[in-house]
Amino acid sequence: MNAKPEAPSDTVIEFRGVDYRINDIPARPIVSNVSLTILRGETIVLLGRSGSGKTTLLKLINRMLVPSQGQVFVEGCATTESDPIQLRRGIGYVIQEAGLFPHFTIAENVGLVPSLEKWDSTRIAARVEELLQLVGLNPAEFSTRRPRELSGGQRQRVGVARALAADPPILLMDEPFGALDPVTRAELQREFSSLARRLKKTIVFVTHDIREALLLGQRIALLEAGHLVALGSPKDFLRLDHPEVRKFCACLDPSEGAYK
Amino acid sequence: MNPWTFFLTHRAEIFSATLDHVTLVLIAMAFAIAIAVPLGLFIVQHRHLRSVALGIASVFQTIPSLALFGFLIPIPFIGGIGRRTAIVALILYALLPILRNTYVGLTGIDPAILEAAEAMGMTNSQILLRVRFPLALSVILAGIRTATVITIGVATIAAAIGAGGLGTFIFRGVAMVNDSVILAGAIPAALLAIAADLLLGQLERRLKVV
Repeated sequence: MNAKPEAPSDTVIEFRGVDYRINDIPARPIVSNVSLTILRGETIVLLGRSGSGKTTLLKLINRMLVPSQGQVFVEGCATTESDPIQLRRGIGYVIQEAGLFPHFTIAENVGLVPSLEKWDSTRIAARVEELLQLVGLNPAEFSTRRPRELSGGQRQRVGVARALAADPPILLMDEPFGALDPVTRAELQREFSSLARRLKKTIVFVTHDIREALLLGQRIALLEAGHLVALGSPKDFLRLDHPEVRKFCACLDPSEGAYK
Repeated sequence: MNPWTFFLTHRAEIFSATLDHVTLVLIAMAFAIAIAVPLGLFIVQHRHLRSVALGIASVFQTIPSLALFGFLIPIPFIGGIGRRTAIVALILYALLPILRNTYVGLTGIDPAILEAAEAMGMTNSQILLRVRFPLALSVILAGIRTATVITIGVATIAAAIGAGGLGTFIFRGVAMVNDSVILAGAIPAALLAIAADLLLGQLERRLKVV
């Protein structure tokens, strides 16, 4: 039930011996025996190939999924013991293609969680304006538009603003920049990395892109077929001997050398 | 007598039959929508009831309309001769297209949108009413449009059990072997169907998101 007694305030999220299997079928778990401690204020990247279990791990944090075995603790409380609605309102969530509501204006999208939390409308409006500015969108220009009138990059910015709306201490991001063109992606990655430093939130970021992992992560956790196989700061990570780590690192070299 | 002369000499009678017809359709559609849309919302959250509800609604559709009117006559309270029985039959007929479209519209939503809604801590009923329903509205309306056009046609048969409407002319014309009389019922019914189709089609496009 409780976080580790020696450092209760530094651990925000903890996976303790977590298995996840679809319909609890024993054969081939999606996630197996993952134990991982995520610290307050850090940006940790879950890196891995498609199907390695990184998105599953993310969804176990806000109880979109429940472990088949083991437990996930958020702020010291097992997710299975907490109310999923309250838990999720305290955790921002950003996904690929943003998942904005097409029938809501940008302001309504961003203000959704505050409105679910029954903030009064002037407070919501002020918060929406503040957030749009934070993600680099002019509120006067964008508030009343609908998602389909925005570019992919702009929609993704709105997705980030929406996740931050109720000022959650934790932010989960599932390949948020994956569907963008490379130029826009680089732009958003740069901006987001400086934003993340200012916000001081605990960020769990899923990606299959090693460059993105190195750029944004203070720690990188590598997953292979549902197992956590490597963990370390970007500098340490590059030096690890694990074969899967080497494969990811190998993706860095040839493209950099190609035009030399 | 050519159809035009018949139409002119009987215009008051045709007009009042048209009004009866429209009333019949409007009442039936109001009930059908009031039943099928909430039922559709309900079966989205209780999936095990889906095949039962859609199955029953489909059965009504397979009964030939004239037979359905006939079957209802001996049933107490809702049966008998006249408008009430006809309206019940029309409701049963209109249920399926509305129910099916409601269900399809509510379930055919981009999974990323639903995932985001869930992850943001919306409850199931908030997701249903604030996300699924508004996004499904144009599909639901398409079902209402189909049902309305069908009902306008089927309502002509209601005259067979004494419910009035434009079918009165059609049955009378058939009995008299007089095309002009048949057309006096058939043409206004066809025009009504076209008008309803256009009007609801317009509304449907307006409600369409994305």
